[in-house]
Amino acid sequence: MTHQDELAIEVRGLVKRFGDFTAVDGIDLDIRRGECVGLLGPNGAGKTTTVEILEGLQPATAGEVRLLGMRWATDAAALRERIGMTLQETRLVDQLTVEEMVRLFASFYPRPLEVEALIGLVQLGEKRHARVGKLSGGQKQRLALALALAGDPDLLFLDEPTTGLDPQSRRALWDVVAQLKARGRTVVLTTHYMDEAEVLCDRLVIIDRGRVIARGTPRDIITSLGAEQVIELEAEPAPDLERLRALDAVVGVQHHGGRVTVRVKELHVALPEVLREVAVGGGQLLHLSTRRPTLDDVFIDMTGRSLRESSEAKAA
Amino acid sequence: MNALTQLVLMRLRMLMRQPEVLFWTFIFPLVTSLVLGLAFRNDTLGPVRVAVAEGPGAQALVERLRDVPELSAELTSEASARRRLARGQLALVLLPGDVPEALVDPSQPEGRSARLLVSQALAASGEAPPSTTFKATPVSEPGNRYVDFLIPGLLGMSLMSNSLWVVAGSLVSMRGGRLLKRLAATPMRRTHFFLSFMLARSVFALVEVAFFCAFARWLFSVPMFGSYVTLTLVGLAGALCFSSVGVLVAMRARSEEAMGGLVNLVSLPMMFLSGVFFASDNFPAWLQPVIGFLPLTAINDSLRNIMLEGAGLASLGMPMLVLAAWTVLPLVLALRLFRWT
Repeated sequence: MTHQDELAIEVRGLVKRFGDFTAVDGIDLDIRRGECVGLLGPNGAGKTTTVEILEGLQPATAGEVRLLGMRWATDAAALRERIGMTLQETRLVDQLTVEEMVRLFASFYPRPLEVEALIGLVQLGEKRHARVGKLSGGQKQRLALALALAGDPDLLFLDEPTTGLDPQSRRALWDVVAQLKARGRTVVLTTHYMDEAEVLCDRLVIIDRGRVIARGTPRDIITSLGAEQVIELEAEPAPDLERLRALDAVVGVQHHGGRVTVRVKELHVALPEVLREVAVGGGQLLHLSTRRPTLDDVFIDMTGRSLRESSEAKAA
Repeated sequence: MNALTQLVLMRLRMLMRQPEVLFWTFIFPLVTSLVLGLAFRNDTLGPVRVAVAEGPGAQALVERLRDVPELSAELTSEASARRRLARGQLALVLLPGDVPEALVDPSQPEGRSARLLVSQALAASGEAPPSTTFKATPVSEPGNRYVDFLIPGLLGMSLMSNSLWVVAGSLVSMRGGRLLKRLAATPMRRTHFFLSFMLARSVFALVEVAFFCAFARWLFSVPMFGSYVTLTLVGLAGALCFSSVGVLVAMRARSEEAMGGLVNLVSLPMMFLSGVFFASDNFPAWLQPVIGFLPLTAINDSLRNIMLEGAGLASLGMPMLVLAAWTVLPLVLALRLFRWT
């Protein structure tokens, strides 16, 4: 048997080009067994391409990929038995019932989980005999997760599992992932939801334009920002950003959508100074709030863009 | 085998649970055949149509027949006359000669009255005693009406177009919905997947063959000289073959439009070349080898030979070989070139 500490996923210098476009530009990954790792980044960052290469659905242009010590070129059949996945926006067979769909996928694997157990795991027991076409978006995503788990995989890939879901379905999905982690399964998920990444992932890899721009635990990554708090304010007119940046307690300043975001070290020192700048500029304060920094602030700091904005702009 | 069973069940459920598929598979071909059959049914009203084949003394015979009001007589070439007799457009063909010879179709009720009328007309001229004025020759090939020719061809065409549209349509739609990609990421065996399309399709083909046999028999009295078992086996072989061709058609196509174009590209030429509505002998000799290798020709010829000439499986070796080739070749190609993403 394999050793517990062995790497579940080992990626070296992964490159994927489509013609002139480089989607993945030299990514390295080390993911241990039993870890839940999140690939974070805006749409088009190369997350899905990276994951699909790991899943054996696309060939890499260059680089080395090992899963569970095996390679796609030589061990494809064995690998497919040991991985599970959800893809983005998969349309399943609308005419089948939930139970029939799960039974079909279970039949592909040598040691499948019980159909009943799979349906129970994703809380679709009541919908067992419902046609797939009649399920809500959240129920379909949960069904997709049940299919991903059908073969009792050692390694699970979830590509944006909760995008567009209602809060209840998101929670249900998170619960399942937490159970899998508890059973020592390795999970790789892509997301552009900060809260999801913070709740589920042991480690994060932040990807932008095909490159890894940060990696570590969610806490480490946020700490790397050097900011303890974030002040958000709206003022008319807006204060001078350059003067704000010059303040000692201020780490960084961003202005978009009429809102000024100020990342600061010591809130009790910074807040009065920031408010004084608003007053100096003759501004009237319309909104003021403070919060702890999130991964989104990290992303903005590194790229000047918000994770969510860039993904929503793409979606629109 | 469990996976194959589940895949076949998936296909059956997909088809059974889509009412429009049932319509196109059963109701539509049924209605088409009914309409075509009715259109080409032998009309028993009006004067009995007969023809005299061109030859010495033909004109005189036509003149005599035209004296009989119940007869509508014309002069035409022998080949055309024989063809129209086979299609039920003529009740009798008279070949001129020392003793004129009358060709009749024994399955046509009109043939009998035509013979009597012609016999009387010739006798009335008083040149010879009625018994020696002409000899009657039944054209004795079985089922030589047009509808007899048409029904097996329609069954072949229906097996072809349903297999192509249903199989290729499903595959392309599954590709668009990324289901093929998802399935490709499981340990599912590719052969099982393609086989499930073919096997499920052949279950439907069974019902299709039964439908055609039933209405051919009861509505059009198309004779059945062969065995229903053989006919069903050939029908199944056809459904398997065309499902396989359907996989080939859907091998790379990403959109339903592209797929629809390909299905037409494959099926329309065969509809004309492979003898659905008219015999493929009408095409020039150089084209015949090509026509012979088309899967629809293999099916149509086999179905016709079984129904109308009582052919057994043993005599259908060549067309079955053609079908087998068209079944295996697309699968081999699909296993290598099929686009799963």
